[in-house]
Amino acid sequence: MRLSNKQVDRIATGVFYFFAFLIIVILGGLIGYILYRGIGHISFDFLTSPPQTFKVGGGIGPQLFNSLFLLVLTMLITVPIGIGAGIYMAEYSRPGKFTDFIRLVVEVLSSFPSIVVGLFGLLVFVNYFDLKFSLLAGALALTVFNLPLMVRITEQGIRGVPREQKEAGLALGLTRWKTITKVMLPVALPTILTGTILAAGRVFGEAAALLFTAGMSSPRLDFTDWNPFSPVSPLNPLRPAETLAVHIWKINSEGIAPDAAQIAAGASTVLIITVLLFNLGSRWLGRYMYRKLTASK
Amino acid sequence: MAIAAPSISSAGASTQPGGGAALAAEQLSIFYSDKEAVKKVDLSFAPSSVTALIGPSGCGKSTFLRSLNRMNDTIASASMKGSIWLDGEDINAPGTDVVTLRQRIGMVWQKPNPFYKSIYENIAFGPRYHGIKNKKELNEIVESCLRRTALWEETKDRLHQSALALSGGQQQRLCIARALSVQPEILLMDEPASALDPVSTAKIEELISELKQEFCIVIVTHNMHQAARVSDKTAFFYMGNLIEHNDTNIIFTNPENKQTDDYISGRFG
Repeated sequence: MRLSNKQVDRIATGVFYFFAFLIIVILGGLIGYILYRGIGHISFDFLTSPPQTFKVGGGIGPQLFNSLFLLVLTMLITVPIGIGAGIYMAEYSRPGKFTDFIRLVVEVLSSFPSIVVGLFGLLVFVNYFDLKFSLLAGALALTVFNLPLMVRITEQGIRGVPREQKEAGLALGLTRWKTITKVMLPVALPTILTGTILAAGRVFGEAAALLFTAGMSSPRLDFTDWNPFSPVSPLNPLRPAETLAVHIWKINSEGIAPDAAQIAAGASTVLIITVLLFNLGSRWLGRYMYRKLTASK
Repeated sequence: MAIAAPSISSAGASTQPGGGAALAAEQLSIFYSDKEAVKKVDLSFAPSSVTALIGPSGCGKSTFLRSLNRMNDTIASASMKGSIWLDGEDINAPGTDVVTLRQRIGMVWQKPNPFYKSIYENIAFGPRYHGIKNKKELNEIVESCLRRTALWEETKDRLHQSALALSGGQQQRLCIARALSVQPEILLMDEPASALDPVSTAKIEELISELKQEFCIVIVTHNMHQAARVSDKTAFFYMGNLIEHNDTNIIFTNPENKQTDDYISGRFG
């Protein structure tokens, strides 16, 4: 029996609906399960107190702080370099072998396994530059991992600016630099910002690249000491710092506290909620800025 | 509201007072890679006049127009031979300050392209960049530019709203006002009304007739009636060649060349 075109069309539609539904079920199930297991364990105390090695009742306060601080450090390094390189790729590079080569490097870099980036960080930043296990070494390793993404985001954002905008700037007698910074960048900003926040979510959840760079331990921190040069200050970039994602990995594999499983579940929930907030936040911010710029409702 | 019109070369040549500058292309050829899009064109534009460039799509008229303020520099594959003279200076000479050149030659595009900024900022942006910081002076420039393009009454109560909220016709008039804000001497218009409705088109044409008093205007158009209505001179391009250039009423009533006659009477193109 031959199927009519109409029947084939109906079956294809059904199949595509099924796959879309499948993805939603997988994602929903995953998030639901993590939330279900961990949400009961989250309390103000859990989010702020330090972990315990042997006793019940340890928290994730320093780890949460480390993750956020490392994120800020990484972004401070990545965003200027990434935007600079992205502008170069979009506006200054001329098509040719050299540009193709840069693009190839960026792509290879972005597909590197993060554990390899971690080992590279161990050899270069931790050992060779003698940064020891430190936030700075971790931030530099994450930069290697994050930079290609930032370059691509910026390049796409700038390329997405209508050609006439650029020409309008140039035709008014603006230099190329001013046309880029005053006319094109503002138009590309929502795209760049949205992409940056998404990249930040990836950085926040990264563990493998940090195992051998930022380290798996945190020194005793004194949250009243904000001098970045003090060894017990949370702001000291040269201290080792275990992040939330690394902490989850550690207590799951070698945690000996009696409530290790609950802590891992709670920490996972915090991590996933944070990453979700990054995602939703970037969408909201992107839409908000687009509306503000174009004055559309 | 005083932006001096400095010479584009370091040597310094005098600019003619009022009425816009004189612009002329001499043996101008423009290439995209190997393809010759404009072929050895000689064409000059007088101050205080409107010249319409007509011809079928792909005939090289827009490419020619964009070479006059070196906008083709932004296209990597474009190159040219020949000269373009602005008040006796070759705009493609090595020492030319392209930034000053573009300030002297304003441009308006087919699709309205206001900046993603407020109405006020769209006008004030250029003058401020060129050194006018005084708020009162900027306000005056904004008002006078908007008045000249008949936008003031429509926009004076919402100057600080986004320019993108304006209608297409208003946006295009804003773009013309923006081009006027840096006091150019020449205005290049690339099909400025082709994306607009008839009422907006009429307003743009009226505006062109008024601006002609002060500027040398070069306009590319696909609309024969528009060319006949607004221009003093008409140049007909075909396949990269300048076929005929003459007074508009002669081109439209008694053209010398048969191809011109065929085109304006709609037998091809």
